[in-house]
Amino acid sequence: MSNFPWLTALVVLPLVGAAVLWLLPAGARTRARTVALGFALAEVLLAVAAFTAFDVADAATHQLVETAPWIPALGVSWALGVDGVGLALIAMSVVLVPLVVLAAWREQGSTDGPTDRLRHYLALVLLLEAFIVLVFAARDVFLFYVVFEAMLIPVYFMIGAFGGAQRRYAAVKFLLYSLAGGLIMLVGVIALYLQGPGGREGFLVENLVGLELDPTTEKWLFLSFFLAFAIKAPMFPVHTWLPDAAQQAPAGTSTLLVGVLDKVGTFGMLTLCLPLFPAASRWAAPVVIVLAVVSVLYGALLAIGQKDMMRLVAYTSVSHFGFIVLGIFAFTSTSIAGSSFYMVNHGLSTGALFLLVGFLAARRGSQQIVDFGGLQKVVPVLAGLFLVVGLSALSLPGLSTFVSEFLVLVGTFPRHPAAAIAATLGVVLAAVYVLWLYQRVFTGPVRPELPAMADAGTRERWVIGPLVALMLVLGFLPGPALDLVRPPAQDSIAQLGVDDVQPTAEPPVADPAGTEGSDQ
Amino acid sequence: MSGFTAPEIAWGPTAPVLVVLLAAVLGVLVEAFVPVTRRRVVQLALTLASLAGALLAVAALWSDVERTGGTDVLGGSLVVDGPTLVLQATIALLALLSTLVFADRVAGGEDAFAPSAAAVPGSDYEELARRKGLRQTEVFPLLLFATGGMMLFPATTDLLTLFVALEVLSLPLYLLSGMGRRRRLLSQEASMKYFLLGAFVSAVMLFGIGLLYGYSGSLRYSDIAAATATPNGLEGLLVVGALLLLAGLFFKVGAVPFHMWTPDVYQGAPTPVTGFMAACTKVAAFGALLRVVYGMLPGMAWDLEVVLWVVAVLTMVVGTVAALVQTDVKRLLAYSSIAHAGFVLTGVVALRDSGITAVLFYLLAYGAATVGAFGLVSLVREQGTGDDDAPVVLGEATRLSQWAGLGRSHPVVAVTFTLFLLSFAGIPLTAGFVGKFAVFSAAVEGGAWQLALVGVLASAAAAFFYVRIIVLMFFTESHDTVEAGGDEVTAPLSPAAADGAATGQALAASAVATVEAERATRATVAGGEGLTVVAVAVCAALTVVLGVAPSPALDAIASVAVLLP
Repeated sequence: MSNFPWLTALVVLPLVGAAVLWLLPAGARTRARTVALGFALAEVLLAVAAFTAFDVADAATHQLVETAPWIPALGVSWALGVDGVGLALIAMSVVLVPLVVLAAWREQGSTDGPTDRLRHYLALVLLLEAFIVLVFAARDVFLFYVVFEAMLIPVYFMIGAFGGAQRRYAAVKFLLYSLAGGLIMLVGVIALYLQGPGGREGFLVENLVGLELDPTTEKWLFLSFFLAFAIKAPMFPVHTWLPDAAQQAPAGTSTLLVGVLDKVGTFGMLTLCLPLFPAASRWAAPVVIVLAVVSVLYGALLAIGQKDMMRLVAYTSVSHFGFIVLGIFAFTSTSIAGSSFYMVNHGLSTGALFLLVGFLAARRGSQQIVDFGGLQKVVPVLAGLFLVVGLSALSLPGLSTFVSEFLVLVGTFPRHPAAAIAATLGVVLAAVYVLWLYQRVFTGPVRPELPAMADAGTRERWVIGPLVALMLVLGFLPGPALDLVRPPAQDSIAQLGVDDVQPTAEPPVADPAGTEGSDQ
Repeated sequence: MSGFTAPEIAWGPTAPVLVVLLAAVLGVLVEAFVPVTRRRVVQLALTLASLAGALLAVAALWSDVERTGGTDVLGGSLVVDGPTLVLQATIALLALLSTLVFADRVAGGEDAFAPSAAAVPGSDYEELARRKGLRQTEVFPLLLFATGGMMLFPATTDLLTLFVALEVLSLPLYLLSGMGRRRRLLSQEASMKYFLLGAFVSAVMLFGIGLLYGYSGSLRYSDIAAATATPNGLEGLLVVGALLLLAGLFFKVGAVPFHMWTPDVYQGAPTPVTGFMAACTKVAAFGALLRVVYGMLPGMAWDLEVVLWVVAVLTMVVGTVAALVQTDVKRLLAYSSIAHAGFVLTGVVALRDSGITAVLFYLLAYGAATVGAFGLVSLVREQGTGDDDAPVVLGEATRLSQWAGLGRSHPVVAVTFTLFLLSFAGIPLTAGFVGKFAVFSAAVEGGAWQLALVGVLASAAAAFFYVRIIVLMFFTESHDTVEAGGDEVTAPLSPAAADGAATGQALAASAVATVEAERATRATVAGGEGLTVVAVAVCAALTVVLGVAPSPALDAIASVAVLLP
């Protein structure tokens, strides 16, 4: 059973689902929702099965490995495999997809209309899921790059064809931003290959790790990769596409876009930038950390000022991604493990937030905060769910986001106390934007012009319920999840040769107060 | 004085070219002897058979060439080596697909060519010819002559043969460009422009050839290459001659600053011809360019590098920037083809063997997408109303605004066109991406990473105008486009947003619509007889297959990608 190509199966199943949806005969098209949900749930089961095949005790090494030649002439192989971080992210994505399908149930139009929009939307979601699994599982730089770029296309259509009034502008902006970053990365990919051993498997990550790169070359290569990932993540100052995309996209798209796709950026920094370019990563770390802290604070401040709920959530994500990047580039095993865990939690928390805003917007026909007020009395269950999810965005203890944010800050502090302290302010600002949003939308007198609203229906509870449950479980019992992300984090530290940076070789967790000074 | 000794000719290796040229000659006879009602069928069959025969001949020669590396033919005027075969196969395949587009007719039996190309536009004679259903079946032999010249062009290792091949491929194209059924004046203007500029460039090239002969005393590439090794005080002749020769080749590939003819000719020529020459001429000319740069002038690599760099950068930048502001599909694709010439040049600049493989693959990928894209353009037609209010299919709807909403009304056409556009843009999992990757790899490997950087930046900018067409087709309703240069993307005109703020624009839109109503500009898709559909389907399949599993093609090309001197 260990030889079963779990990851390829995880890629192929949603692809088949998308193909089936597109090829559904006209008579069966009303069943598109059921078919899509069926495939999404089957994918969850498959992911659970893959999980059981994964040896958690050995989470640092890539498992479920498959390697087959793809384009040998170019040195490209179909090489899949996941370590703990990759598996956790795949699991998170796979869990989100059926919820997104459920959330699109009515919001994206009916299946029996003349335009048949929902079917296309669901097919795109499944297509995207295949790419998502592939990108987190790719062990070949070329394969990673191919998916990194190819996944733009379904998202582009998911924003452009199904979004709000400014959807064309948002979709084009998203695509061009991402493409520009990706193409610059392409030059880096090519140059990296030429620096490596070449040959038929010249793009395998393990063949490219530990190259003796010329320092200048390494810095340029690092920058070409990092820019693409920073745009994707998105980090200040290349984040401006995100608010537009998230505002205009349907809620389900935003969930996948911000909750999952943007993780590819931070995932790439963690699994490609650090091991491939350790010296350049150390070289760039001070600047990256400053940018990360700026992202944390700037994103939070802008979130406070937003009038549109989707934009607000998007800016909170800029802030959260700042934390993730901060943790990655703080170069302690605690902070990196925290960032890895943060990626999972952010997907759950922000995904739920986007979906909830989507539900509210569908009821009111508007995403503007001023159009709401006093909803607590009208839709109490939705309000409750919103409060819990909102609190997860500000990292309330007891919810999983707290664990990861805490780990990031604790891990960062010994190395960069000033950055950690500044980033902590982001937590305070998070309280402002979440609670103030809640206050404006849900408390106070009921706005008289509000239309009659039904409270959260069964379907909507099923969408948000699993996410809240997961956040609670991971909040109180983070141990198993941390077992997945800790060993890879230690591995990353080892690959970075971080001792060179930190002369006191004390593990920072053991003695957080023992390190002195900031090297910012 | 001994008598004339007949040269020894190895007929076998020239079979691919010979088949095509013989069929072309036969085609002329067909015009003379076959009854008019049967001509089209006979010509079509002859053309397809000869091109398929050329493909078979290439296949038959393949294993020999793979083993031996190739042979000289005609005392070294031609060389049949790996790149020659790859290019000949590419040209024959693309010409085969183009033939299908050439031959297609919409309902009513109208093809893309004037019923009588010699008639004065708008004259009574033309109208008579149209009503009588005359047909210029000469297009098929013309296409075959051009194809024969193209297949010869990259095989030459002799400047005189190079020139002859250039003329053989150019003259039929000048003619074909002027044979459009609709917008005949535009078509004739294109033909005239192409001819005058082409003739001028031929003269320039001939002058360059003369100078090179003066320098080296020989027309053979290998002799010239040998002569460059030893200084003889005539280097001025060499440099000027080489530059003039390159100018001619740059003209044919449409590289800046020799690109001026491209948009006008591509727009004016009948769309099947545009697709044919955009794909095949470029393949042939780049093949010849490869041989000239790699085979004849390696001694001047240092001097040439500057020229190639400048031309490549200019071509990518000018092609991309100019394409950004186009409002006509054919012109846009013309400028995009200029940008693509720049991308291919980055592979040529690499000046190494991996560059040859990369360029050959790129040309195949680009050619497939080009023939497919222009094939689709020829299917998207304006719809008007005839005398009895029945919808009739008019000329091609080439204005971009007419493509709005195509994704809703004709999803298959729009999706296929999107596929070609994504391939042009170099999005992964399409052939265009693999091609771009290969040429940029070769450039970086050859130390020209700055060129690759310019290339990717140009690609990013180029993505904008490809994406603009996708936006138009899928995200824009057909009635809410304002005819304006380039701001379709940002105009917030979806019905959902048509609140007070949009009223002004809506009024403007309706005003435009009234003006345009006279010409009845609703775009529709003419199915034709299915020939174009077949060609487009093959191109789409090629684009996907070469993008997802490029290994077989890449391996095959790489196994023979060595130029013989």
